[in-house]
Amino acid sequence: MGAIFRREVQSYFTSPIGYIFLAAFYAFSAFFFASSSLSNGSTSMTSMYTSLMIILVVLIPILTMRTMSEDKKTKTDQCLLTAPVSLGSIVAGKFLAALLVYTCAVAITLVYAIIIAGYASVDWLTIIGNILGLELLGASFIAAGIFCSSFTENQVVAAVISFIVILALDMLSSIGSLMPWEWLENILTEISFYERYSGFTIGLFDLSNVLFFISAAVIFLFLTVRVLEKRRWS
Amino acid sequence: MIEVQNLSKHFGDKKAVDDISFVVNDGEILGFLGPNGAGKSTTMNILTGYISSTDGKAFIDGVDILENPIKAKKNIGYLPELPPLYMDMTVKEYLNFIYDLKKCKLPRVSHLKDICGLVKIEHVYNRIIRNLSKGYRQRVGLAQALVGNPPVLILDEPTVGLDPKQIIEIRSLIKRLGKNHTVILSSHILSEVQAVCDKIIVINEGKIVADDTETNLSDKLTGAHILNAKIEGEYDDIARAVLDIEGVEVCKQINERDGVLELRIESTEGTDIRRELFFEMAKINCPILEIKGAELSLEDIFLKLTIGEGSYDEEEEA
Repeated sequence: MGAIFRREVQSYFTSPIGYIFLAAFYAFSAFFFASSSLSNGSTSMTSMYTSLMIILVVLIPILTMRTMSEDKKTKTDQCLLTAPVSLGSIVAGKFLAALLVYTCAVAITLVYAIIIAGYASVDWLTIIGNILGLELLGASFIAAGIFCSSFTENQVVAAVISFIVILALDMLSSIGSLMPWEWLENILTEISFYERYSGFTIGLFDLSNVLFFISAAVIFLFLTVRVLEKRRWS
Repeated sequence: MIEVQNLSKHFGDKKAVDDISFVVNDGEILGFLGPNGAGKSTTMNILTGYISSTDGKAFIDGVDILENPIKAKKNIGYLPELPPLYMDMTVKEYLNFIYDLKKCKLPRVSHLKDICGLVKIEHVYNRIIRNLSKGYRQRVGLAQALVGNPPVLILDEPTVGLDPKQIIEIRSLIKRLGKNHTVILSSHILSEVQAVCDKIIVINEGKIVADDTETNLSDKLTGAHILNAKIEGEYDDIARAVLDIEGVEVCKQINERDGVLELRIESTEGTDIRRELFFEMAKINCPILEIKGAELSLEDIFLKLTIGEGSYDEEEEA
């Protein structure tokens, strides 16, 4: 797992993908920070964190599109799958590498908080809760993106599928409100990523939300392992 | 060391590998010979645990590759048809990655240095793999298989894309490796298998057509000892003299050009009539210009086995 993790992190920064992802994330978050906090003279960063969720829908597929698909295309999966490592640790190594790059991106919001702290008092607990929420949301999206990229050897296709899946996860509650049956609406609202995440953005730390995102990530990673396993058997 | 029992692999309706069984002993070099699409790569992919078999079992050093894959894979070094290289890494980074991936315990620096010396890639050690030629990429692929010094090496067409000098180098390297490794290599180049392997398995359409040592294969299929000779003179005189030689069964004219006859002479198995032939021809003043054994090459054997005897004969006469 360690070897795959190190290689993946390295490849994010030998290819332009890591830089593009970080630059785009920094640029958008800075824009939201400037427009919602700085120009309004507000210490609340809720609006920025809410807006960042939309940006993730576009940016996470860029981060994860090559994770599994590139190995399949260049046949480097032959070297991973014939090495004495389990499928689980291959997927985990790749997931953690993407998560590390993502964490570097999220960390920028801490800098914004420090900038505000220079002028006014900041509610640090809310900020930490927000960062944790964004991190967990991203982790589950990354897992979903990796799952999508295991289906294809074409990175563009992987990115498009991830985009659709992550957007759908984002919109679960909106989709639910259109449902004619109440029970289905309730279920979709319960598993709505948006509802779960908005709890964090208003400073609400609910353990069930934390567990929800962690389980979502674990489920997607588990499904990725199953896809790899199935490919061997077909 | 390697035992394969009734291995089959189906892709949908297509039987890529059909009920294959064989054993490779310690320190043997086994050659897998077959045309493209015969099932060589599929068999190797199953042996290395890359894909699963539909039926049958494969054991590496007594360990079932499906039941205990991680333990079995520890003993295998695999060079697939297309070397699995990360183009964005340098050779050094790549081999270190493989070293970590295989959880190798040997001393890192000296072990990797030994391997690079063996496959002669020291001078490209710090270059990015993308910029290497096909030959060097193939060698880096071989180096990757050697990391961790696994007792079993599985090499899928190891000399593809190399120039003739490199081919000879890699062959002699494989021969050397065969002294303390068990090697399976595949090829559709017959001379390669002939040059390197102790044991040959000929495979076609997923089935084993022949499984034996190289000399045994030749002996089994040759039957009579056959000579092709170019002799100057009249056919009748020569044929009479030739047929007088003890052991000669057939003397057939194949061709004639400017008074030089090309003859095919078949004698009973185990007899050598070349000396006799020389003296007989000298007696009747018919100089021998050329004489060569028409013992079946592996190439002929291969055609004979995979296409069938009938069409082989037709092809030869054409």
